Amino acid sequence: MSKRPTKLKDISKNTERLHTILSGDLPPLPYPYEDWEDKPISEIPESKRKGKDISLDGVMNLSVPIPKTEGEKAEMVAKFLSGLRKLLTQENNWTFLEPFLLSLDNCVKCNTCSEACPIFEMSGRAEIYRPLFRSDILRRIIKKYLSPTGKLTAKFTGADIDLNWETVARLAQLSYRCTLCRRCAQACPMGVDNGLITREIRKLFSQELGIAPAELHKEGTVKQLSTGSSTGISPVALMDLFEFMEEDITDRTGMNIKIPFDKPNADILLLHNAGEFLSWPENIEAFAIIFEMAGINWTLSSELVGYDSVNYGLFYDDIQLARVTLKHAEIAKKLGVKKVVIGECGHAHKAIMAIGDRIWLDGVNIPRESCFATLEDLILNERIMIDPERNNFPVTLHDPCNITRSMGIIQPQRNIIKKICPQFREMTPHGVNNYCCGGGSGFAIMQSNNFPDWRYQVSGRKKFAQLLNAFTKEEIDSKTNKYVCAPCSNCKGQIRDLLTYYDAWDKVRLLYGGLVELIVNGMTDVREGFLEWEFH
Amino acid sequence: MIIFLTYFSLLIAFVAIVAKVFKYITTPEHLRWELYPVPHEKGRSKYGGSYFEELDWWSKPRRTDMFNELKEMAEEIFLLKGVYRNNKRVWKSSFPFHIGMYLSIGWLVLLLIGAVLEGNGIAVSSSAGVIGRVIYFATLIFGYSGLILTGIGAFGLFLWRISNSEQRIYNAPADYINLILFDIVILISLISHFTVDSGFSIIRGYVHSLLTFSTVKSIPGIMELEIVLISLLIMYIPLGRMSHFVAKYFLYHSVRWNDEPNERGSKIEKSLMKLLQSKVGWSAPHIQTEKPWIELVKETGDEQKTD
Repeated sequence: MSKRPTKLKDISKNTERLHTILSGDLPPLPYPYEDWEDKPISEIPESKRKGKDISLDGVMNLSVPIPKTEGEKAEMVAKFLSGLRKLLTQENNWTFLEPFLLSLDNCVKCNTCSEACPIFEMSGRAEIYRPLFRSDILRRIIKKYLSPTGKLTAKFTGADIDLNWETVARLAQLSYRCTLCRRCAQACPMGVDNGLITREIRKLFSQELGIAPAELHKEGTVKQLSTGSSTGISPVALMDLFEFMEEDITDRTGMNIKIPFDKPNADILLLHNAGEFLSWPENIEAFAIIFEMAGINWTLSSELVGYDSVNYGLFYDDIQLARVTLKHAEIAKKLGVKKVVIGECGHAHKAIMAIGDRIWLDGVNIPRESCFATLEDLILNERIMIDPERNNFPVTLHDPCNITRSMGIIQPQRNIIKKICPQFREMTPHGVNNYCCGGGSGFAIMQSNNFPDWRYQVSGRKKFAQLLNAFTKEEIDSKTNKYVCAPCSNCKGQIRDLLTYYDAWDKVRLLYGGLVELIVNGMTDVREGFLEWEFH
Repeated sequence: MIIFLTYFSLLIAFVAIVAKVFKYITTPEHLRWELYPVPHEKGRSKYGGSYFEELDWWSKPRRTDMFNELKEMAEEIFLLKGVYRNNKRVWKSSFPFHIGMYLSIGWLVLLLIGAVLEGNGIAVSSSAGVIGRVIYFATLIFGYSGLILTGIGAFGLFLWRISNSEQRIYNAPADYINLILFDIVILISLISHFTVDSGFSIIRGYVHSLLTFSTVKSIPGIMELEIVLISLLIMYIPLGRMSHFVAKYFLYHSVRWNDEPNERGSKIEKSLMKLLQSKVGWSAPHIQTEKPWIELVKETGDEQKTD
């Protein structure tokens, strides 16, 4: 593999692969992982590719079909251009037109964004992962093909990218090599948002060409809208899960708690990421214990979509985003609740509270609140009693990007942890300056082909380094149990996968979980030992 | 003849800036996409907090701190705080360039004031009355420091763009030419003023002619060249990316710091309700084109076409 730096024009070249990730190029990890050797990112055999293109970097989380004829190639390019035109029109893209135009027009190419991007840094500064690389390709295409003087001034303005099917296919894949964490946007002195441009590219492919990762679209929003949840949980299966969780609460705590659902006119409708039901039911149980012990009048919903706060539309498609969030709004209205509280799920927070702010209109404009604000009130005002000694082990807090950088919810979760965990360790940096877990924008649920390799070694590498650095050498060496509090379902999934890949439970005793589990573990009214120090 | 070029360049610059403002100001209400810290969040902006941190936030009055927002804007405009914090290498050149530009704009304003004063019989010189002397010396300070700092900054930025191999991939010829043009204009201007118009009196006379639409008195050749180049620069800046000062206002106020919550019956809600009537033209299988947004987004389940 040549070490010649990748140029923007290379995107259009008919080459087998634009970039290959080599383990030796990846930056080293901190103690005690200095000698850690990553296995090479696995190659996808031709038989598994099934006519799909992987010519960007050999990694596959998006199925881009390779056109069979010249006619099909031309059609793909034409559709891309037609979608690009729509992205720039008010009627088709009022949702993000102003932020998109502003970010397209005003980059001064100072590359400040690159230094803020954990994927670019931890890939060993691979040019194709630089935030500016993908944005500038789009800019140059727009300049050359959609501006009246574009072709004439192409050489002078740098708009000399050839738009062929290779460009289109690679740009599609490139839009799924960014977690939309928006750390680059935060660093940009102009305010240009490469994360938004990436999302707009994803949107173009989904809304015009029907190309989106199966986990987000077919198995994501489409499944959620038709069967109730992207996890596949049906309302009938949900009843069984409630029953199981009630029994589990009794087994763990000796308490008999009935999980309320579809209770009309409750004060709170609690919306959970349905991934919790299957992977971390203790999170749902902990919420139930806290709310019941605090005497809150609350409910869950068993209606289709109402028991899954997930909204993958946020990551790739405005229509799907609006469809899902409107379902949530209608369910809340139908139940007549006073407010909706979002559980530990970062992107659901953003979809329902921030983005939803301009979709939950008129009659469905029902107040929405973060669970961290609700829980902070209960803990700081001692509506539930905590014995911090029960949580006397080192704890660090992961900040989900959607909750912190995109919504400014920073202190409530910290105030809780500081009150209930005597050995709290902040990561560096944290809060609004945090690093993404590496599973953002839907990556955490993408488990197929060789994408997980990329997710562990590249996009999650910075976070894993941060987790190790959060604790002292003595704490690492002593092999005392340490807890990574990740109050977001997708981040939790990614951190679980990172700890598994790096064997961190066995090597350094790092366990992960949510915030409410820590709260219940410290509650004086609950039998000791809610947290089970077992990795799963 | 050169006076017509100056009028023309001023007209083009004005139209280009107005067009840019018009482009952004006429875009519709969009979905929220703010980025924290938001400086007007009272008591919270230091750590990047928002009103979403509060219990029942919608029932409480919003606590905003416009002074802090103005302070943040001033630091961003005059100190280039964001560049300093995140890219010190660029700041070393970008800071003198921007400060030089501000001083140069101040210089042009002072020339204008001086021309008005002279037109009204108030002399502007080192031996004039108080006002005339203040304007005279202020023009000297703003003029020379502005031109020199802009020149140093532009040259530094040019060196940075050309010497950094990672940077070069993204530079277009226009990026170099912009900076070279600045340095050429500044070099000619400095030569012109050091040699034939050190007190800026001739150029003040030219500004007076511009203001009064009167005939330009004979000016030396080097100054003619200076005026032609400045006129071309005034016309060129708003046409390219160097006019990002216009967009930066919108990038910060309409997007990054726009955390205005939508309330029932609000202006935001009314404009969103209108936008929901727009017909959607997307062609993917799960979208039925030519239906209004409001209908399309209420479809779920079996009504969806999927691939």
